[in-house]
Amino acid sequence: MTQASLGESVVQKTVHAAVNNGVAASATQTQPLWLLAEVTYRCPLHCAFCYNPTDYDKHTQNELTTEQWIQTLRDARKLGAIQLGISGGEPLLRDDIEDIVVEAKKLGYYSNLITSGVGLTEKRIQAFKDGGLDHIQLSMHDITEEINNFITNTKTFELKKKVAAMIKSHGYPMVLNVVIHRYNIDHMKEILEMAEALGADYIELANNQYYGWSLVNRSQLMPTREQLERAEAVTNEFRATGTKMKIFYVVPDYFNDRPKKCMNGWGEVFMIVTANGDVLPCHSARVLPNMKFPNVKDNDLGWSWKDSPAFNKYRGDSWMKEPCRSCDEKEKDLGGCRCQSFLLTGDAEAADPVCSKSPHHHLIEKAIEDAKNPVIAAQPILFRNDKNSKKIISGELKELTDAFHALP
Amino acid sequence: MDIQIQDADVYALAHHHRFQWEEAQNSYVILFPEGMVKLHGGAGEVLKRVDGKATVGEIVADLKATFPDAEDIEKDIIGMFELATGKGWLRKV
Repeated sequence: MTQASLGESVVQKTVHAAVNNGVAASATQTQPLWLLAEVTYRCPLHCAFCYNPTDYDKHTQNELTTEQWIQTLRDARKLGAIQLGISGGEPLLRDDIEDIVVEAKKLGYYSNLITSGVGLTEKRIQAFKDGGLDHIQLSMHDITEEINNFITNTKTFELKKKVAAMIKSHGYPMVLNVVIHRYNIDHMKEILEMAEALGADYIELANNQYYGWSLVNRSQLMPTREQLERAEAVTNEFRATGTKMKIFYVVPDYFNDRPKKCMNGWGEVFMIVTANGDVLPCHSARVLPNMKFPNVKDNDLGWSWKDSPAFNKYRGDSWMKEPCRSCDEKEKDLGGCRCQSFLLTGDAEAADPVCSKSPHHHLIEKAIEDAKNPVIAAQPILFRNDKNSKKIISGELKELTDAFHALP
Repeated sequence: MDIQIQDADVYALAHHHRFQWEEAQNSYVILFPEGMVKLHGGAGEVLKRVDGKATVGEIVADLKATFPDAEDIEKDIIGMFELATGKGWLRKV
């Protein structure tokens, strides 16, 4: 036993946005350590920055049954999945989360309910506690009622504070997730102080990334570089106060010179099963062209992970073209995000345009400029709701999605 | 990190952390909100003895008895306690 043999490999992640999380796992890891169960796309909130697909309305009627979820949990566990995120939409809109939690405990998962808090009652949280749910991640939006209610398009500010207290009183670790955008970024200090006052053990400051509804609303949500720099400085100052709260700061990729190592590599450690049973390597993979993703209703989960053409398509780096192929940094970021490349450039194998070496990098620079343009930025936000999703599907809002090579 | 580990100290797993054997990975892991740590070899052997009752000294003695061929084992065990406490995986009881 030597110090070297203690060698830890820490795998840290955040689950709300398609983010790079500073993960340090090996590139040869071929186990889906993380299973994210997006059990429903229905949601009582209408957040402007939601990463769910804008055409989610197609998948609100064909959700997996309780039995199908339980089978999926069992199959994924056999493949090595150990962290389970129960997410959505709002998972609490299903009445079988209690059953899923019990099964997760039985199987040995470390389980996490990712919720807006809407629908969390004393009765349900007690059932989760009794059933063995390990933690609850609550989304918070701002310290002000005004911004919370504006960005979620609901009156949920007071409710969230009550839910936070409920989580704490049941002995759960308090894990808060705050998506950061133009409207709350200047409140970073106050948000951190609020989290501390609520007794948070962890807070995830997830700088908005642009997928789904968030991409459609990009010009309205994106902060300026100056705002980001201030927010980062405030976060570092807060860390230096010796707070016990663990702070995860998800970097805003648009403002970096190099892209994120999306999902820590395609098909490396994350597996997502969507409301209708699609098995995906990342949240937004369905935007990619000419891909057929497996579905738990039709395909064996082991085959899906190990052998399906979709999961193998972007594993490793053999798919890369220039400038990635000969880039000496390619192992650091694996060329960034396939979905972002396709949505913005029309070529899924192109370098992520976030990279300054990308021939498409001007698209990112233009997006940053557009967000500063008062005329563009003043256009109304498209809130995430069934009505707007139906309009997106029918093509009625074509002018909002035309700039992208797939429906975000 | 300035953590002094004493023989008489008693440690337990930090709140909201779980330690378990993972067959699929052939290793012990620590699970906590938003993360996990895979423990190689000796680290798992140390942590599986941390139960909120045994002292550091008792754990060292037990490991020495279990692995009589391992040399200079005490330093590594203390190193593991320092690492795990520093990372917040363990708490002093």
